[in-house]
Amino acid sequence: MSEPIYDMRDVHTDEASLIELQEIEKHFGAVIALAGVSVAVYAGECHCLLGDNGAGKSTFIKTMSGVHKPTSGQIFMDGRPVAFESPRDAMLAGIATVYQDLAMIPLMSVTRNFWMGREPTKGWGPFKYIDFKKANDVTMTRMADMGIRLREPTQAVGTLSGGERQTVAIARAVYFGARILILDEPTSALGVRQTSNVLATIDRVRKSGIGVVFITHNVRHAMAVGDRYTVLNRGTTLGTAMRGEIKADELQDMMAGGQELAQLEGSLGGTV
Amino acid sequence: MADERLKEMSSFRRAMIRPELGAICGTILVFVFFLLVAADTGMFSPEGALNWGIVSAQFAIIAVGACLLMISGEFDLSVGSMIGFAGIVIAIVSVQWGFPVWTGIVLAFAIAIALGALNGWLVIKTGLPSFIVTLAFLYILRGLTIFLSIATTRKTIIGGVKEAAAGDWLAPLFGGKIFNGLFVWLADMGMIETFTRGRRAGEPIVDGIPMLMVWAIVLVIAGHWVLTRTKFGNWIYASGGDAQAARYTGVPVNRVKILMFMLTAFCATVFATCQVMEFGSAAADRGLLKEFEAIICVVIGGALLTGGYGSVVGAALGALIFGVVQQGLFFTGVESSLFRVFLGLILLLAVILNTYIRRMITGER
Repeated sequence: MSEPIYDMRDVHTDEASLIELQEIEKHFGAVIALAGVSVAVYAGECHCLLGDNGAGKSTFIKTMSGVHKPTSGQIFMDGRPVAFESPRDAMLAGIATVYQDLAMIPLMSVTRNFWMGREPTKGWGPFKYIDFKKANDVTMTRMADMGIRLREPTQAVGTLSGGERQTVAIARAVYFGARILILDEPTSALGVRQTSNVLATIDRVRKSGIGVVFITHNVRHAMAVGDRYTVLNRGTTLGTAMRGEIKADELQDMMAGGQELAQLEGSLGGTV
Repeated sequence: MADERLKEMSSFRRAMIRPELGAICGTILVFVFFLLVAADTGMFSPEGALNWGIVSAQFAIIAVGACLLMISGEFDLSVGSMIGFAGIVIAIVSVQWGFPVWTGIVLAFAIAIALGALNGWLVIKTGLPSFIVTLAFLYILRGLTIFLSIATTRKTIIGGVKEAAAGDWLAPLFGGKIFNGLFVWLADMGMIETFTRGRRAGEPIVDGIPMLMVWAIVLVIAGHWVLTRTKFGNWIYASGGDAQAARYTGVPVNRVKILMFMLTAFCATVFATCQVMEFGSAAADRGLLKEFEAIICVVIGGALLTGGYGSVVGAALGALIFGVVQQGLFFTGVESSLFRVFLGLILLLAVILNTYIRRMITGER
C-alpha cells in the first residue's frame, strides 16, 4: 500500500475514528456519482448508510474498499492518510466488504468458501495440501459463534438460506481480521426471520469492537442496529446523525428526496 | 439455529451422493452389459483388455485437461487440432530436419503450451467466450498443421519416427512399456497367452503396460489430488463457480484460467506424442473430434458445463466408459454406426442422472 504525500496543513481528522472519508468526489466521465461525501466510522459502532437506488451508496463503498479511486477527497485510517490502489490494499488494511450477491459460491462447500483465497496448508514444497481438519474445525466453530449450526462443513453453500450465506461471509471477514466490515444491502433479499438473524449478527460483530458500515434502503432495519446514520441522495449527503437524534420517518423523507429538508437541518445538529 | 427441516442423511446416502455417482453407475452398467454380451469374444482377455484400456487411456489423458479447464469455467475446442499440430511438429523436426527426437518432443510441448497460454490470454483479455476463441484455434491449428506438413514434406503423413526414435532418451517415456519382466514371468507361468508361431513365438502377446496408460493413471491421480486437496484446486473451483466472487477474495482467477489452458495443451501434446511413438508416424488429420470426445467424457463424469463443479475421477470413468463402448461394440461385431447411438444415449442418461445428483448436493433448484 502506497502512502502518497498530502498537504497536511488543512487536514483535520478525527483520530478516534477507524476510517474517515473526507469530501469524497467520484466522477465517471461526465457523470458525477459522488459530489463530496464525508463519513467517519468508529470502532464498535454500526454506521448505517442509507439511500435510494442510484444515490451513490455503491460508488461510495467501492471507494472505501479500494475498487474505485476517488477523483478528489481524502481517506484516513487511524488519523493517517491512506490511498488504496486495489481491493487487496483495502483488505490488508482491515477493510472487508460483503457484497450482496457476490459473497459466496453456491456450488462449493461452506469450508471451501470460508477459506477461499486464504486456504491453510500443510506439507512441503509442491506437495502442500489444504489442512482440511483445521479448516473444517474453524469453520464450524465460527459459524456456531454466529449462531448457525451447520449439518457439516462439507455442505454446499447452495443448501444454506440467504441469511445463512450472509452470515458465512460475515464470519469469514471477521475471522480474517476485519476492523471495518462493509455490508452491502445484506438484508434486501431476505425474509423476516432471516433478516432478524442477520441484524443479530451485525450486533454481535459490533460488540466485538469492529466498525460496521451497513448499507440499506430499509429504514426499519437501520433503526434496529444503527449507532449513526448518513443519508446519501444524488451523490451528496446532509451529514451524519447519531442514534436518538433522528426519527425513522425523517430518514425516510431524506432518502426520498428531502421534501422536509429545512426541518431536518436542525435535527442534524448543524453538521450540514 | 439448526434447521429442523433438514433431514438427517444416513452415512450410506452421504457416501453415495457424490459428483462421480453417475459415472460410477455408467461404468458398472457398461461392464455388466459387455460381460453378458461379449464375455466369449476375448474382450476381457489380457490382449482384449489392453485394446480397450489403451483407447480409454487416450481419452483419459485429454479428459483430465478438459475436466480441470471446464471446472475453472472455460472450454478448449482446439484440443483435437493441437494433437495433430504437436504430432506434425515432432515428425518434421525429427524425421524431416533430422534433429534428435527429443528435441522434436520438447519443441512440440513448448509450442503447444505457449499456444495454450495464448488461448487463455486471449479469452481473458477480450472477455469473449472461450468457446469462440478456441473454435478459431480449432481451424487455425488444423490449417497450419496441413500447410506445414505439405510445405515441408509434400505429404500429410510423415512416417519413419520409430526409426528416428531408436536409442532416443526421451521417446521411451511416451512410446515405451513397463513391467515387461512381469508379463514375461506370467507367460512363463502359463498365466497369460503367448505367441505360438512366428518370430516372436514364446513371447507374451501382452508384453507390458504402455506408457500411454501410465501417463493416463499419473495424470488422473495428480489431477484429482490437486483439485480436491490443494489450495490451487480450491481456486480452480472458485474461478469457475463465480469468477467475480473469487476475485473479491483474492483468488488470481486469470492466472488459474490461463494455467488450465496450458494444462489442456500439455495433455493434448502427451496424447499426440504417445500416438506418434506408437504408430511411428504423424498425420495432419490426427485428433479429429477429440475436443468433443474429451468434453463428453468430462460431462459423463459429472462436471457442470458452466464450470465450478466436477470430478477428475468422474472424467476418467467417463473415458473408461467411452473406450469400453467403442471397442466393445467392435468385439461384439455390432454395426459401428450404432456406437454413436449408444454413446449418445449414455451421454444423455449420465447427464440427467448427474443433474439430479448435483441438485441434491448443491441445493440448486
